Amino acid sequence: MARWGMVIDLDKCTACQACVVACQTENNVPFMGPKESAMGRSIYWMKVVALPEGEFPRGKVRFVPMPCLHCDNPPCVKVCPVDATNITPDGIVRQIFARCIGCRYCTTACPYTRRYFNWYGPDWPEPMSESHNPDVSVRPKGVVEKCTLCHHRLQKARAKALAEQRPLAPGEYVPACVESCPARAMIFGDLDDPNSEVAQLARSPRAFRLLEELGTRPKVIYLAEGERNGATSG
Amino acid sequence: MAQLPADTVPATRAGHDEVLFYPIERTSRRFYITAAVLLSFTFLFLVAYITQLRDGLGVTGLTVPVYWGIYITNFVFFIGISHAGTLISAILRIVHAEWRRSITRAAEVITVMVLLFGAGSVIVDLGRPDRALNIFLHPNFRSPLLWDVCSITVYFLSSIFYLYLPLIPDVALLRDRGKKWNWFYRTLALGWQGTERQKHRLEKAISVMAILVIPIAVSVHTVVSWVFAMTVQPMWHSTIFGPYFVVGAIFSGIAALIIALAIVRKVYGLEAYLKEIQFDNLGRLLLVMALLWFYFTFAEHLTTYYGQEPDEMRILLSKVYGPYWPVFWGMVACCFVFPVPILAIKRLRTVAGTVVASAFIVVGMWLERFIIVVPSLSQPRLMPTQVVYYPTWVELFVTLGFFSTFILFYVLFTKLFPIVSVWEVQEGREKSLDEVRERVRTYLPD
Repeated sequence: MARWGMVIDLDKCTACQACVVACQTENNVPFMGPKESAMGRSIYWMKVVALPEGEFPRGKVRFVPMPCLHCDNPPCVKVCPVDATNITPDGIVRQIFARCIGCRYCTTACPYTRRYFNWYGPDWPEPMSESHNPDVSVRPKGVVEKCTLCHHRLQKARAKALAEQRPLAPGEYVPACVESCPARAMIFGDLDDPNSEVAQLARSPRAFRLLEELGTRPKVIYLAEGERNGATSG
Repeated sequence: MAQLPADTVPATRAGHDEVLFYPIERTSRRFYITAAVLLSFTFLFLVAYITQLRDGLGVTGLTVPVYWGIYITNFVFFIGISHAGTLISAILRIVHAEWRRSITRAAEVITVMVLLFGAGSVIVDLGRPDRALNIFLHPNFRSPLLWDVCSITVYFLSSIFYLYLPLIPDVALLRDRGKKWNWFYRTLALGWQGTERQKHRLEKAISVMAILVIPIAVSVHTVVSWVFAMTVQPMWHSTIFGPYFVVGAIFSGIAALIIALAIVRKVYGLEAYLKEIQFDNLGRLLLVMALLWFYFTFAEHLTTYYGQEPDEMRILLSKVYGPYWPVFWGMVACCFVFPVPILAIKRLRTVAGTVVASAFIVVGMWLERFIIVVPSLSQPRLMPTQVVYYPTWVELFVTLGFFSTFILFYVLFTKLFPIVSVWEVQEGREKSLDEVRERVRTYLPD
């Protein structure tokens, strides 16, 4: 069984947000109007988070693309009272939209704030609703949603491989954000395969995980910028 | 018995406690006005909740990252108030505190009624209340929220049972008076005749329940605190949250009980039953809880401050002089600064004094629940945010509606059953003087 993970090289990332846009369209992520956005209610399965570092005038901001980090020990999964979020054998933290009761315990338990809630029912303007991705269900109001590592792409690739009676080839399953990155800052693959590019990069001395001290063991691994700064990992 | 004034003993049977039945058998205009006012707030709740069901939780002030607001505050607060009853009444029964006789019933009713609104607050908070039964279809026993469902259900059922047992002889009295709804009281009285055997069994059952209910009550509020403490969020992930919440619960519970007793006393003219001494004793208990509460609050915040851990400090500062400072300092003033002198000075510990102190404490403890729930959420790690949470009219109406409907249920109870336990008061008059004399004799050297 694979253990899907991602490496994001912060040296290569230009914070262009192509990954954000690709994710929104791929996963039918609902968008909020200007009023809701101003309240901070926008939903981003993939978000480029601006982390301020240091104090003025020496301060700087680093931009960190953050999908769900798909922890191996996810705090959100433990707390869900109805098992609407759980971890698949290949390590994807998934969300069962049809079972979620909307208690938002997972959203408060996630130390990365990577989970989002549907405050209203889906409301798509006319041309947008025509361009939904048919592979991804549109979430109803009142449930929690999050990055699924484009799980539907895995299902599709796996079905194809099964039909052709061969194992899943590396690179056959790639989430939309990784595919769209023009700088090739994001690498995706099987972390358990020692020869995969993602596993090799994950062993780099520049590699770090966000808030690793919490013991969540995220499977999204970052490569620090040139001069790695202690603050990046915290 | 022989030492008692001659007129007391027969009078208990004949009509000495007649005033305890007045609320049930007579209804004044004042009752209908009160009920109408309370119902109008229930109506506001319905308007607000229907709006929320139709449009979604977007009509609340909740946002990213403040996913929990005053609904969860209400949940913790109401469950806390519920400790008024059962726990206080059970402890007083077990230690044979004779002054308990006229206050236990009023306390137990609070528990049963307020638990409905505690559980209701979680349902109101759900994005998909229509799927609430998934809790039973797909339970995840690792979730503290499921532990809550289990412990609150057990608590609710045992509290109903614990309220009902001492109610049976009084229901039989009402049946025998035969004034209204005879079928209702006959059914509930379960054929009570007051024989020695029945009395013996009832007393046994009550004392078993009184003991059982204490660990259940403690577990309930501990588990409520674990909803927060089990996550790794700064200033939630605290080992003292269990006992801290239990202390706060008993604290706010006694305060609510004092207010309820004072209102019942005034409205139904029960000054002879709910005397100064009951308020004085409850005031002393309240004072002890206020000091304990302060001790826990101080320990919790000093530990955080001294440690200077940045993630926790951000939240501590947002409480102390960030956007939530009015709530934090309001809490300190209402839970400690104002009530403690009132309760500590004997001259001020009157009925009016304890009620004023209790009113401060009830408000202060609601603010305390808010200050625990919200600031931790508004300053998450890795997400610099300026979001400050303000509840909207929907949340305020739901909260007001819950409070008023709780009071309405309480009032309705007093119209159906005696709010002061008639048989226990009579028993006290008939037996306890001798019993206490006998008990005191055993304490003394021979």
